[in-house]
Amino acid sequence: MTRQIKFIQGNEACVEGALYAGLDFFAGYPITPSTEIAEHLSRRLPQRGGKFIQMEDEIASMCAIIGASLTGHKVLTATSGPGFSLKQEALGYAVMAEIPCVIVNVQRGGPSTGVPTHVSQGDVMQARWGTHGDHSIVALTASNHQDVFAMTVEAFNIAETYRTPVILLFDEVIGHMRERLEIPEQGEIPLVERLRTAVQGGVDYHPYLPREDGRLPMSDFGDVHRYNVTGLVHDMWGFPSDNPKIVHGLLRHLVDKIENNANQMARYKTFYLEDAETVLVSFGSAARSALHIVESLRPRGEKIGLLELQTLWPFPADVINQYCNAAKYTVVVEMNMGQVCQMVKTTVRHPERVFLANRIDGVFITPTDIKNILRLIKGKGV
Amino acid sequence: MAVRDYIRQRFFPHLWCSGCGHGIVLNGLIRAVERLGMSRNEMVMVSGIGCSSRISGYMDFHTLHTIHGRALAFATGVKLSKPELNVIVPMGDGDALSIGGNHFIHAARRNIDITAIVMNNRIYGMTGGQYSPLSGPGIMATTAPYSNIDQGFDVVEMAKAAGATFVARTTTYHVQQMADIIRAAILHEGFSVVEVMSQCPTYFGRKNKQGGAVDMMKRMKADTTPIGSKAKAEHPELIERGIFVQLDKPEYCSEYNRIIERAMGGK
Repeated sequence: MTRQIKFIQGNEACVEGALYAGLDFFAGYPITPSTEIAEHLSRRLPQRGGKFIQMEDEIASMCAIIGASLTGHKVLTATSGPGFSLKQEALGYAVMAEIPCVIVNVQRGGPSTGVPTHVSQGDVMQARWGTHGDHSIVALTASNHQDVFAMTVEAFNIAETYRTPVILLFDEVIGHMRERLEIPEQGEIPLVERLRTAVQGGVDYHPYLPREDGRLPMSDFGDVHRYNVTGLVHDMWGFPSDNPKIVHGLLRHLVDKIENNANQMARYKTFYLEDAETVLVSFGSAARSALHIVESLRPRGEKIGLLELQTLWPFPADVINQYCNAAKYTVVVEMNMGQVCQMVKTTVRHPERVFLANRIDGVFITPTDIKNILRLIKGKGV
Repeated sequence: MAVRDYIRQRFFPHLWCSGCGHGIVLNGLIRAVERLGMSRNEMVMVSGIGCSSRISGYMDFHTLHTIHGRALAFATGVKLSKPELNVIVPMGDGDALSIGGNHFIHAARRNIDITAIVMNNRIYGMTGGQYSPLSGPGIMATTAPYSNIDQGFDVVEMAKAAGATFVARTTTYHVQQMADIIRAAILHEGFSVVEVMSQCPTYFGRKNKQGGAVDMMKRMKADTTPIGSKAKAEHPELIERGIFVQLDKPEYCSEYNRIIERAMGGK
């Protein structure tokens, strides 16, 4: 069999990845620059018996996918900045009730309506802290369509493995740019399916009692186990509790199940880092320009490399330390005011050697922009 | 199956104040389900936030206690993803028609087969007695110390206008009628709205000098009349109760199945 090759937008690559992963329910609301995901899924999902619904607003879309996840389906919603803000309360519900689901945020310029049709990477911290209360979150990103596909599949796998919402933090350039995608054959990328309880009907089932390996087997609504799901702090049956031990235990569980597995969830790529004295750290579409400048400076003998992050949350601190601690210069390339740069600074041994190369004007950061900033950092002038 | 088999007995006594009407709604709901003889495994109850929303925890169904105002949006996901489930959504008046007003009208517009029960006590009880969009002018509340100037919604008129295909009203005084209406609402294929006028003696009754629970229930008897009754003609201010709308219209999940057939048929 030959692989199917397409020349498509990143948003469509995300659709292909979601369908490959077994998506069967999408709820969404039109918003630039993510709308193509909804458009394509409205056509593709019913072709395979799946369901698509355009809800009355962004909040309802997030709520609907949580409801559909509980009946045993793989679910997705897609949005951009303002819609991502609206989804935050229900996203927190999915964290608390441990509902597997995937949320795409194709980032545009903010705050507020911002620059809807232009690129930004300004939602990194909102992805981490957008919903209220202590919690942890998983957020993945990608810089090209093959990786958009792979990270989308990965998002569904992580959502099922850890019973958690997973955010796909793409950006306008990735979403709208067209490039080649080679769709892997079924089975090439392993898929994680919903872990369902082996407990028989009539026997007490605990939806919130982790197994020894930390995973929590689920039971579909409509199946033999009737249990309660709530956004309140709850016991192992899912019933509300304000017992301090249970409150503390649940909060620790929700955070630990993500943070303790940060290394398992860390996805990244390295380019020319073996001897690099200058390490660029980048992600999403900005990493394309970062790689370009690395590859144009290498032939001139500059010891420069790129660490491309694909997992943004939980923050891959060990990876950052491994590649940046020995560097003379660590330069974070991103299209925001330094959201990942701040994280890198708090992680590495020498924060004074960490610099930011950014653009925040809605214009895609170019290799020349990065080259100029590198010259400034190294005191060479522009 | 006995009535007690439908409830989670270990959570009783319930958290509602003595005299609260919501326990009567629970009673009417259980009797309706019991008479239908439906399996508990095919019942899903989705609720939001507020006193009324706690009803879900007491029922031995699949229960989804969600966030304020959004119960119908969660329920839409449950129902569309697994249409064979019976989905009941109990809500308070603030939950359904203030913060959740948008979801209410759009669920009605889609005519998705969900049974919405609006337990209308005209006040926010859980937060301590603030006025709701159902309080109406002249009502006293902790956020209307000089009396309320907000006009109120009429749940029945709103549901009708939004396209609900089953619309009814009853009260906690008329508990037999309530069970009959909820039963008919569950059986109805499409979006059903049942307004149950309920009493909150703790806040609404006390703030508005309406006496205790018994006085408030007597008032519901006195202030309401069956739809189209002679009394209504003579006293137009009376509130009608009964089934206002019962229409056969295309239901959303059935229509979506036709979309699937078309999509699978190619082109």
